[in-house]
Amino acid sequence: MSRRLLLIRVIVVVTALTGLNYITWRWLFSINFDAWYIAFPLILAETYSLIDSLLFGFGIWRLKERPAPPPPPDGLSVDVLITTYNEPVDLVMNTALAAKAIRYPHQTWILDDGNRPEMRAAAEEHGIGWISRSEEWAGMPRHAKAGNLNNALVQTDGEFILILDADQVPTPEMLDATLGYFDDPEMGLVQTPQFFVNVPENDPLGSQAPLFYGPIQQSKDGWNSAFFCGSNAVIRREALVQIGVSRYAGEISLRVWQTLYYATGVLKKARKQVPAEETGTREALLEVEALVERARQELTDGEALFDVTYRFQRSVDAVRRRMVDADLSSLQADLAEIAALGAAEGDQDFSLDDNQEALARLAAREWSPMGAIDSVTALVDAVDVDRGGEAQAIMPMATISVTEDMATCMRMHGLGWKSAYHDTPLAFGLAPEDLKTMLTQRLRWAQGTMQVMFRENPLSQKRLSWPQRLMYFSTMWSYLSGFAALAFLAAPVLFLVFGVLPVQALSSDFFVRLIPFLVINQLLFIVVSDGRPTWRGMQYSLALFPTWIRAFTSAFGNVFMGRSLDFAVTPKEKQEPTGPAYHLIKPQLFAIAALLVAVVVGTVRMIVGDAEVLPTLFNFVWVGLDLALISVIVQAARYRGFEPGSATSLPATAQAALRNREEAS
Amino acid sequence: MIEFDVRTLDTGVGVVTPRGRLNMVAARQFKTILGDLVTEGTHRIVVDLAETDFIDSSGLGALIGGVKQTRQQGGDLRIARPTESVMGVLELTNLARVLRPRDAVDTAFDD
Repeated sequence: MSRRLLLIRVIVVVTALTGLNYITWRWLFSINFDAWYIAFPLILAETYSLIDSLLFGFGIWRLKERPAPPPPPDGLSVDVLITTYNEPVDLVMNTALAAKAIRYPHQTWILDDGNRPEMRAAAEEHGIGWISRSEEWAGMPRHAKAGNLNNALVQTDGEFILILDADQVPTPEMLDATLGYFDDPEMGLVQTPQFFVNVPENDPLGSQAPLFYGPIQQSKDGWNSAFFCGSNAVIRREALVQIGVSRYAGEISLRVWQTLYYATGVLKKARKQVPAEETGTREALLEVEALVERARQELTDGEALFDVTYRFQRSVDAVRRRMVDADLSSLQADLAEIAALGAAEGDQDFSLDDNQEALARLAAREWSPMGAIDSVTALVDAVDVDRGGEAQAIMPMATISVTEDMATCMRMHGLGWKSAYHDTPLAFGLAPEDLKTMLTQRLRWAQGTMQVMFRENPLSQKRLSWPQRLMYFSTMWSYLSGFAALAFLAAPVLFLVFGVLPVQALSSDFFVRLIPFLVINQLLFIVVSDGRPTWRGMQYSLALFPTWIRAFTSAFGNVFMGRSLDFAVTPKEKQEPTGPAYHLIKPQLFAIAALLVAVVVGTVRMIVGDAEVLPTLFNFVWVGLDLALISVIVQAARYRGFEPGSATSLPATAQAALRNREEAS
Repeated sequence: MIEFDVRTLDTGVGVVTPRGRLNMVAARQFKTILGDLVTEGTHRIVVDLAETDFIDSSGLGALIGGVKQTRQQGGDLRIARPTESVMGVLELTNLARVLRPRDAVDTAFDD
């Protein structure tokens, strides 16, 4: 074990002990029940933060700083997939040409969800593959980027896949530096950092994520749960296909079971609506009911799903065929009567007995008379093994969330694959340069994460190890910080303005427990970050509280009440600057105003003797911290975009990525 | 799902236009409409299939049933302007050879 890791572990233990000591005392001895309306929110917020800190400590316990992998063997087949929807053709081509120039032999593809002829022409001119959605997607759910990738996975065949967003310009060594990890046959995915070239040193919008693309990913890597982040990652095709196939099998059998469960009721209802004189139809529906019973019994007896559904479909075919036969024989009887009446025209050789093609076609699913009863058609179709409502039966990239990466990765880990985090940037991209776009992007990430939390909560994923579950959960947990922020902002204001104290007393008991925890927690951050800037990240964690809350509520409404997320694609194009965007940060401005007013009122109250000095000063410090954190949003609102002059001696790839910025504007 | 237009030409010919899918469920209604027309004394009927997207064996049965009923009363039922989809089924089943489609509603009874 390195000395650094040993030091980290010691600090983690001390952080945990001091933190638990503090929070236990808080719960047991300090709550001011008279002010329950702020006392409980505050202690819950504090407990939330401690759990966040404990999860961080648990991850960092196994911080994994990987040595460079061995060089890859020759002869691996690799597809480089560049996803685009509406980015300018020149921007995509800039990235695609850099991708083509990657040294390890590979095939480059542009996945053009915009289906643009000019994109296609540009790609073909340079010998770059161009893929758009196949016909199967017409009228089916498109599933955004996940759908775009799923479509391309069917049309390509490389053993390995490098996924790049349209603005992520790769370095020539990107594959040489990463394919070596796959010497381990269980390695499914290698994620590299996302680094942005159009961000000044002080990073006003918090675009770089130095803590995430660093210690946090390395923590997750230590527990074999390094995350897939949607771009700049190499994936083993076999792992992806396995996800698709296993999901398919699981979802199909679930659907067949569910259908067979409620089928009898549907059939009985359909039968009641058929007029009594149509005995043929009623009998046919009775027969289908019997077939449903049989299929259910066979599945219960443990017969294979595909065998059962095949027999079911063939038997229903036979019922359909008899319905058509009955129709046609009465038709034939009518024809005979017409012939007997004389004066018939044309040939009288109408007979279908020897016309098997016609019989088969009339009895086919959509042609048969049974097709007229929609509920029965839907039911019979559902007891089959294709995915009627989707363009492709096999969907490797998860479609349960607007951020497909996390859900896909979790499923991959669930199937026993490993992942690795490679800590050196190998591609350079563009970050949003204005507050509005940045807020949209953060909202989307948070919403996606919340969707996965609600739909496939990692804590209940039996195939994941407990550390893996916690690593996924800790990312979700950190997105809940918006609710805690409300309490952390409101508590000092309530004290300074109204004298409401959420704790029984700001005694030495309180400080002696809190201060050591705060200090040691900061020390942990300093040691772990090892010189990487972390202050921006801490600021935005608080300052974007309205975004985090909205992400939670909208994802909740989407998953449990079927509401729309108001989902927006993050624009890569530079937005025209229109002056400071204060209208986007009203809740934060309100909070800042409240904090400032609280300082004024608190000062007056202290001077006139209405408030005690020590608690007032303590709350001043607290307000000062709140203001230092939240004020970043004002700076962000005033940010006018990146000035290229401030970038210093960039590598060639980064310069190419910067050119993308000009194409976009 | 399906609608039926029923009108009578100056020549006394009844015109039934099914709009939509002429399937088993629709066939019940279709039979009733044809039956009512015959009962009311309209023995020459044109079924205008220009807006019929689909026909199944029950629909075919209803058509031929209509031919039988009208002929028993000394009239006839003719079909006009079938859509590609319907024509496909008529050809497939050889019914087009017994029930020849006419090009226009107005002239369906001219021969």
